[in-house]
Amino acid sequence: MRAFSWPRLLGRIGFAMLVLCIVLFCVFPFYYAVLTSLKSSGELFQVSYWIDHLNVSNYQTILGRPSFLRSLFNSVLVSTLVVAVSLLLGLTAAYALGRFDFKGRGSVLTLVLGVSMFPQVAVLSGLFEVIRGLGLYNNPLGLVFSYTLFTLPFTVWVLTTFMRQLPKELEEAAIVDGASPWLTLTRVLMPLLWPAMVTTGMLAFIAAWNEFLFALTFTLTDSQRTVPVAIALISGGSQYELPWGIIMAASVVVTIPLILLVLVFQRRIVSGLTAGAVKG
Amino acid sequence: MSTSATDKLRTAAPAASAPPKGRLSRTRVRAAWLFLLPMLVVLLLVAGWPLLRTIWFSFTDASFSTLHEAHFIGLENYLSYDDGEWYGVLADPQWWGAVRNTLFFTLVSVSLELVLGMVFALVLNAQFPGRALVRAAVLIPWAIPTIVSAKMWSWMLHDQFGILNHLLISLGILDAPLAWTANSSLSLWAVVIVDVWKTTPFMALLILAALQMLPSDCYEAARVDGIHPVRVFFRVTLPLITPALLVAVTFRVLDALRVFDVIYVLTSNSADTMSMSVFARQQLVEFQEVGYGSAASTLLFLFIALLTLAWLYLGRKRLQGDL
Repeated sequence: MRAFSWPRLLGRIGFAMLVLCIVLFCVFPFYYAVLTSLKSSGELFQVSYWIDHLNVSNYQTILGRPSFLRSLFNSVLVSTLVVAVSLLLGLTAAYALGRFDFKGRGSVLTLVLGVSMFPQVAVLSGLFEVIRGLGLYNNPLGLVFSYTLFTLPFTVWVLTTFMRQLPKELEEAAIVDGASPWLTLTRVLMPLLWPAMVTTGMLAFIAAWNEFLFALTFTLTDSQRTVPVAIALISGGSQYELPWGIIMAASVVVTIPLILLVLVFQRRIVSGLTAGAVKG
Repeated sequence: MSTSATDKLRTAAPAASAPPKGRLSRTRVRAAWLFLLPMLVVLLLVAGWPLLRTIWFSFTDASFSTLHEAHFIGLENYLSYDDGEWYGVLADPQWWGAVRNTLFFTLVSVSLELVLGMVFALVLNAQFPGRALVRAAVLIPWAIPTIVSAKMWSWMLHDQFGILNHLLISLGILDAPLAWTANSSLSLWAVVIVDVWKTTPFMALLILAALQMLPSDCYEAARVDGIHPVRVFFRVTLPLITPALLVAVTFRVLDALRVFDVIYVLTSNSADTMSMSVFARQQLVEFQEVGYGSAASTLLFLFIALLTLAWLYLGRKRLQGDL
């Protein structure tokens, strides 16, 4: 047993305070949003740190709005499709980039990395024209298309990193058995890549769920919007009285699924983020 | 061409068991490009072509309704001289205000995130009960959509009913409430606060990953020698994690330079906080000035591209210097 000493105790207390500050800093704004969402409009303008009595009327209001439910549906649809498309195209591309040696491999990787550095606004007018040309303006499918701009490079990059870590012998055995590249990918490599695919898929889902600029620009009507845009455009009777309770209720509804996803897959997300950033 | 490639692929597969070496690698190269093709086509459609069109629009008088009838007008959107006055984005004080705001925002928020992220990462790297819970808590701001975090904070920063003013007044730090998002000298700081809250966790995770890869023997040696922890941090830890820090900072800088949503929601189109992206989108969509807005977008793209190239060049030089 170590002897008791004041500096050590003070150090312990200081460290505990630091941890407490970090947790408060990270969690308090969300806690306060939940608190606000559970207040009636009368209580809203009195600052309090605890909830006195539950009031779910804000949730009833926002979930009773067909346009909000529709935008939730749009967000789920768009994000799911973006994940599916990015994983499919990302997996085949990562297979080529991770397991094949060919001239131009480095250039393609640089190109992919370059696209992920794009400022979104730099392609806004050109992409608007393409989307209108494809007849996808004011259509969630147009968003699926445009979101691949930022999800695909990321997916390719992370999957390539993981693909390169797989042992070479597996693939050689498959080639000797006469399997085509497609079969090798789908039957031999893909089962091993599931963890990586879940991780990148989730990160792509979160990125698509949170996107705002394209969703704001490429949709026009309430029924075609995604939830971030719907929340940004909630307005009250006048410019000066925003329905904060309702806005916070909508915010909580939109955020809860993400927080659950993140908490369940915590470790995976950390490893995926670092594979995408540090090794990249 | 692609059909002959698939034919080759089909015939090559059975023959692969005893192939002549050269042929196998040739079919493999072809297969590789075939696997890359879908991704390349999509990237061309969502990135390459739109970028070229944006650059083209920047040399035209295009407006939103007449995209197809745009006329080439040279550099007029960038800079032109007419009747004793300068016109164009490069002569637009609002554009230079946006450039200044973006640079200020990037510099301040990335530095704050770096320092705070380092503190978070060092805490999370220590052993203490409940560490997993704290790490989960740190992930929450990262998971919250930017738009939601901007809304949450604009409520907390509300001049009359906001909790931040309430807290600062009850602690005696402020005498009167501040109009965080409306006061021109404060609003950019409000944007910085929200961004720091939202992205410090990302920075912390990247630094934490680097910290966890450090060799433990250095630390044992330092402890045996009785070197002060602060000294160990600056002499051992910091130099070892510098490469990871540089990558994290680069990612954040490139992200901060294209900032849009926080500012759009928190302070809408106020000139005090307008970033380069907000300026470009306002010209493009709200004012329907596609040519002018595209010129601004192109300038932002050039700026980021040059910065990236410079960083890659310096990075390569530094690597060669190490060898």
